[in-house]
Amino acid sequence: MVATFEEKTDYSVVGTRPIRHDGLDKVTGRAVYGADVKLPGLIWGDVLRTDQVHARILSIDTSEAEKLPGVFAVVTHKDFPIAADVEVETGEEVLNMKRTQDNVMASDKVLYRGHVVAGVAAVDRNTATEAVRRIKVEYETLPPVRNVDEAMADGAPILLEDLVGNHFGERVPNTNVAIAVRHEFGDPDGAFDECDLVVEREVSLESVHQGYIEPHNATAVWDENDHVRVWESTQGMFAVKEQTAALVGLPDSNVTAESVEIGGGFGGKTKTYLSPVAAILSRKSNHRPVKMVMDRPAIFMASGPAPGGKVRVKMGVTKDGKIHAFDGKLRYEAGGYPGSSFTAGINCMRAAYDVANSRIDAYDVVVNKPKSAAYRAPGSPQVCFAVETVVDEICDTMGWDKMQFRLDNASKEGTRNGNGVMFNRIGLVEMLEQARDSDHWNSPLGEPAPGRKRGRGVGVGFWMNGGGKSTVDLMLQDDGTVAMNEGSQDIGGSRASIAMQAAEVLGLDAHDVHPSIPNTDEIGYTGTTGGSRVTYATGFAAWEAAIKMVDEMKVRAATLWGIDEDDVQFSDGMFSSKSDPELSLGFKDLASRLGDTGGPISTTSSVNLAAAGNAFGLHICDLDIDPDTGKTDVVRYSVFQDAGKAIHPSYVENQMQGGAAQGIGWALNEEYFMNEDGSMANFSFLDYRMPTSLDLPMLETHIVEVANPMHPFGVRGVGEVPIAPPLGAIPNAINDAIGVRLQEQPMKPGRILEALAAKNGG
Amino acid sequence: MNVEVTITVNGTAHRLSVPPRTLLSTLLRDELDLTGTHVGCDTSSCGACTVLVDGDATKSCTMFAAQADGSSVTTVEGLASNGELHPIQEAFREKHGLQCGFCTPGMMITAVQILERNPSPSEAEIRSGLRGNLCRCTGYHNIVAAVQHAAANSGGD
Repeated sequence: MVATFEEKTDYSVVGTRPIRHDGLDKVTGRAVYGADVKLPGLIWGDVLRTDQVHARILSIDTSEAEKLPGVFAVVTHKDFPIAADVEVETGEEVLNMKRTQDNVMASDKVLYRGHVVAGVAAVDRNTATEAVRRIKVEYETLPPVRNVDEAMADGAPILLEDLVGNHFGERVPNTNVAIAVRHEFGDPDGAFDECDLVVEREVSLESVHQGYIEPHNATAVWDENDHVRVWESTQGMFAVKEQTAALVGLPDSNVTAESVEIGGGFGGKTKTYLSPVAAILSRKSNHRPVKMVMDRPAIFMASGPAPGGKVRVKMGVTKDGKIHAFDGKLRYEAGGYPGSSFTAGINCMRAAYDVANSRIDAYDVVVNKPKSAAYRAPGSPQVCFAVETVVDEICDTMGWDKMQFRLDNASKEGTRNGNGVMFNRIGLVEMLEQARDSDHWNSPLGEPAPGRKRGRGVGVGFWMNGGGKSTVDLMLQDDGTVAMNEGSQDIGGSRASIAMQAAEVLGLDAHDVHPSIPNTDEIGYTGTTGGSRVTYATGFAAWEAAIKMVDEMKVRAATLWGIDEDDVQFSDGMFSSKSDPELSLGFKDLASRLGDTGGPISTTSSVNLAAAGNAFGLHICDLDIDPDTGKTDVVRYSVFQDAGKAIHPSYVENQMQGGAAQGIGWALNEEYFMNEDGSMANFSFLDYRMPTSLDLPMLETHIVEVANPMHPFGVRGVGEVPIAPPLGAIPNAINDAIGVRLQEQPMKPGRILEALAAKNGG
Repeated sequence: MNVEVTITVNGTAHRLSVPPRTLLSTLLRDELDLTGTHVGCDTSSCGACTVLVDGDATKSCTMFAAQADGSSVTTVEGLASNGELHPIQEAFREKHGLQCGFCTPGMMITAVQILERNPSPSEAEIRSGLRGNLCRCTGYHNIVAAVQHAAANSGGD
């Protein structure tokens, strides 16, 4: 049973814009990130990363490394126990621990350039690096599998000999397709025959990286009692605890993950890479603490990317402006091990459109690239590119208004999504109406500089948002402020958004609630910061813990006044007697008198929220193209999104802007540029071209608030959605400007020049 | 063999003996415990490690500590003075000019230099000045707004 809440508007804290609690630490350099951790006797770890793309490991000779003075330990996969072949939920995805262990430290094969083969701990980082150079590995080089087409071709080299695929319910050995799955209802094949226009297109995408500025890092101590303590930059300290325990062969309770600040994650820091290696190195280095920091080439080559792949869409419309049939097929690159975001791809593919006859096929395909990771609305931008460009083409062909077409086909409460699930209350229609009526949509395009071409495009994106497990503890202080412990890592201001929800209930100022993120032994289980779940689920726990605190304080007031507790009420920060107007005490006054009533008050709430409030975003992009160079400049950009309720509007806007910027980079310039041999060529921030301050205009934001009935304040979650719509808005704007429909990402200058040359006959 | 480095950091003089390949960022972080200077790429691309070396915004991950011998360095820890935040720090905090905070020290140091050179920069001038500092969280919107706010508060217009 999911609770439902009435929508309210009369808030005193929710919806305001207080300065974040950790703001001072972050502008003074005082905040402690993972790489800042220092411990007595600290030594350094480093790893050997393979230069092979696909190879069998024949032998590893570590003897020369072990002889180097200053080296404490050298480890390979033989130093790891064999992890159980089980799946573990990590918040944004499911990880198989045996595969994760192979990813952290290769055993029989290496599956991408940069795959770790051995680790070293030494007295300092230069010695560790020198020792790594002395490790010799013999390989049998195998042919690379570079993309989904190669992976699915007859006779393709097989990456994982023990992989048994599940292809539409059948067990299939000797395959690179881990999973093929279909969602179908209605009669799509028959319905296409009844359509007046059918458009079918396939888009292709390269891998892109989350691009967090803070490198992966980990520090670990394995003590003499076999207790491991780790400090890792992560979106989920409980995920680090669980994964580290599973990979090093200890019970969960033997691992404590400490909380450190995280310098960006975007989904890429939901799985661990370094903590298990650092822990094993510590054990072999006579329990010294071992610190490891990844360098940027390794981050690109061996962590993260969002899946590249191919997405085909066939959409049929009738001349009354309705989508009548849909057939989609997505094939995502999982990387070296199964587990791309194909499920979310299904969920997001045509979420914005109500279609009675629908089929979606999805394929999870292993290729010789780093194991893919979640990246902000994982799986959604890829399908957005395919669906939103087909919608745009249909509207152009039929002469239909692009907002009206979306409104006429919009999903609503009760509509069946492409995965078969009915939508709860969603705000798509309200958001589309705001966008349709906006200044941006109704403003003329304006004139670009002479010689340039200007266009406008629109794209709609979707994310389910997340629920799951969260814990919040509240501890009332004598001065009437409240200390708050919560288990969610704070990437972008969630200390504030969670504290504000407690403060709202308690009638306190946002800054009277003091948030802390303790370690995994000091707070109840809390899922990973991902999937846009924190302000929703951890906020829900804060709300519930605060209600418990108010209830307990009512009991204390009743004791103090010698009246029945049912006679005590709380509103506007005051406890009072319903029957005797003389009896009233402010929150802080009552807090100072707890000693007389039965001691301190601490409350806790642990929740496990099954459902979340789905959300949509729409972006409008105006851009200029220089036909001589192919360069694209975004000149005006607007972001609309249903937040349910914006607890802290500035941080909601900031998520919308940040997500849009990442989506713009994804669409225009970012890609894993691969060498012929299947290795990544552009593994630096210079060559992997993320947006700079010069590449973007100010990003206009419009928060739409259609309350999520499953959250006391109506929160849906905001972080994921905004990365998807740019993959539709940008190609549509490019087409509007120069009349070419690009079907390959990124839409970089060279590709635009080629498209223009093809259009102009040569 | 180590090299001797004499360096003034945030107003305090230090004399250190470090291996010749020690980077300025390493000296600041590991020797002086000034971990507010962050390292994101080691190749001058991201700008998280930016500090002022004799007044010039400099990426400390690609400068040897020995090259800073005799220099005066200001890190994020040295921006505040007399118990007061620098107007740039105040502006980033008030205008929500950060999310994860990792690029923030380098971003603020660069912004200090922008405003020193031009107290009333246009949006385009601010964006040009910040182009060597990557932020992946914010889309730069609130960072630009924070620099504009600091300019206004510092008497620029």
